[in-house]
Amino acid sequence: MRQMNKAPVEPSGETALVRRTVFSGSPFLYLTFICSTVVLLFIATPLLQMVSQPSPASLWETLRDPAVLSSLWLSVYTAAVAALISFLFGTPLAYLLARRVFFGKKLVESIIDLPIVIPHPVVGIAILSLLGRGHPLGQLLDRFGVRIMGSVTGIIVVLTFVGLPFYIHAAKAGFESVPLRLEKVSRSLGAGPAATFFRVTFPLCWRFMLSGVIMCAARAVSEFGAVVIVAYHPMIAPVLMYERFTAYGLQYSQPVGVWLILVCLSLFLAMRLLSLPARVER
Amino acid sequence: MIELDRLTVKMPGFQLQNVSLFVDSGEFFVLLGPTGSGKTVILESIAGLVPISDGLVRIAGRDVTRLPPEQRRIGIVYQDNTLFPHLTVMDNIRFGLRYVRQDQCQANLRIAHLVELLGLQSIVRRRPLNLSGGEKQRVCLARALSTNPAVLLLDEPLSALDPNFREDIRRTLKQLHGELGITFIMVTHDFGEALYLADRIGVIQRGTMEQIGSAEDIFLRPANPFVAGFVGMKNLFSGCVANGLFSFGGLQCPLPAHTAHDKSVMGVRPENIVLRKDTGFAANYVCYAGVIEQVAPAGLWHEVSVRCREACFRTVLDRNTLQAQRLQEGDAVYLGFDAGAVRMF
Repeated sequence: MRQMNKAPVEPSGETALVRRTVFSGSPFLYLTFICSTVVLLFIATPLLQMVSQPSPASLWETLRDPAVLSSLWLSVYTAAVAALISFLFGTPLAYLLARRVFFGKKLVESIIDLPIVIPHPVVGIAILSLLGRGHPLGQLLDRFGVRIMGSVTGIIVVLTFVGLPFYIHAAKAGFESVPLRLEKVSRSLGAGPAATFFRVTFPLCWRFMLSGVIMCAARAVSEFGAVVIVAYHPMIAPVLMYERFTAYGLQYSQPVGVWLILVCLSLFLAMRLLSLPARVER
Repeated sequence: MIELDRLTVKMPGFQLQNVSLFVDSGEFFVLLGPTGSGKTVILESIAGLVPISDGLVRIAGRDVTRLPPEQRRIGIVYQDNTLFPHLTVMDNIRFGLRYVRQDQCQANLRIAHLVELLGLQSIVRRRPLNLSGGEKQRVCLARALSTNPAVLLLDEPLSALDPNFREDIRRTLKQLHGELGITFIMVTHDFGEALYLADRIGVIQRGTMEQIGSAEDIFLRPANPFVAGFVGMKNLFSGCVANGLFSFGGLQCPLPAHTAHDKSVMGVRPENIVLRKDTGFAANYVCYAGVIEQVAPAGLWHEVSVRCREACFRTVLDRNTLQAQRLQEGDAVYLGFDAGAVRMF
């Protein structure tokens, strides 16, 4: 609790009495503080522990391993493509969900949420059973040279599947944040639906969409269960980590994990910075 | 100019039924009604912003019922917060220019004229966020008028403003209408605004048009108790006609000439009622004895409630009269009004 008393910025020379009157009392406040601390430690400690474990030498060593490099690159690249696909196909759907009332809307929303709810290996199995060689659709794709099992295409399909809901939710919230009347005014001024979207709606909610893309990519990068079923090879970073863990043990899987964390964090941080609101007008 | 023919709009939980309306070219028409009565729906169906279930909308003789809003040549101003927050004031005003086929030079001239007319010169470079309510509405007006529309639709443009801005914008609206000569259709729930601005008024309730007429018509000759109540005829009494008299609340009132015998509601405007301590009313006055129940200050006026038998009359008095006559709560008074000022429904 002592730490907390120091927290507010106070001009020097304030008496201890004042501080006590500000923060004394409410057990509720203490409880919220304790719970928050526990939650933050719970998230941060394991990650810090893992990042601080491998020596710089072993980190460097790992980075020179071509298998690691290619798996990292594959992870980032497939997640980015999945986010891009979600953006292209999810945006119109999110717009519909935010702006229209139609029969079966609740059902559509539930369907969109399914990938969040279903256990990950089940997703992989479901996709394989539809697009694998055992199914006519899979055979048709195969005839056109599109292979899902053990291919980059397969990985992207899986990642899009699990990432889409996150993008759609964020984009829908974005569209809902734009007052309908702004669009109506734009239409009355002569702008058609498309012009209205690009001149009014999009400029006002692209931050939501970008944060949706980030969420979607983040979810995609972290997918393991579904990918390992559809495509063990080529290896994305989580699969490589898993392999190193089972074959060589904890020590050898850690450096890969650290690099994955670093790459993802820096990418997401950059995109978050991009999506920060612009400076307020003087 | 604008014609609505048996317009019907069905929405979840609301229905606009068979509204027919004709607004003349250059007219200032006001749709008056309480919140949720369907005024905005009428406005938005003229603009093409709500799906129409049945009926026709014509602008300048052309059937536009199935025309999208961007092809209707209308301007619309809403209550508040409809400036594009990501654009400067000038970019807001010029938003629609690229969709109008016109001479660039003329367009610039018109914008400059509008900016000057509405006093926006000093704020054209700013963003809408920090503008005052009055400034925002002026920018909205300039933006709506920038494309040279045939009709300007106003959806409660004064309701969200502070009283002093409200008066200011109200005057601006009147001035704009006089200067531009285009058709204005405004929606409001404030009878004072309607009276000040309108050439004609349509009173609407629960999706149905109750009465359409000149401002004076609506004010002096409301067609039914709802309209009467809405335009401030606060003394409405139900009763029945018997022996050439109207009986209500234990009182009787002579019927105005040529009154049908099926009337069941009587109305008197508060300002037509006179209070006296004696019975010295003019011969054509109806007079009742009563007791002052309440005297309440209401801005420039005092509202006085007087109970006569079971009927409670409401009237307004200015402070001087109140003091000169020494009228107080609990006083016995005589209440009178011109028999010709009575409306029967």
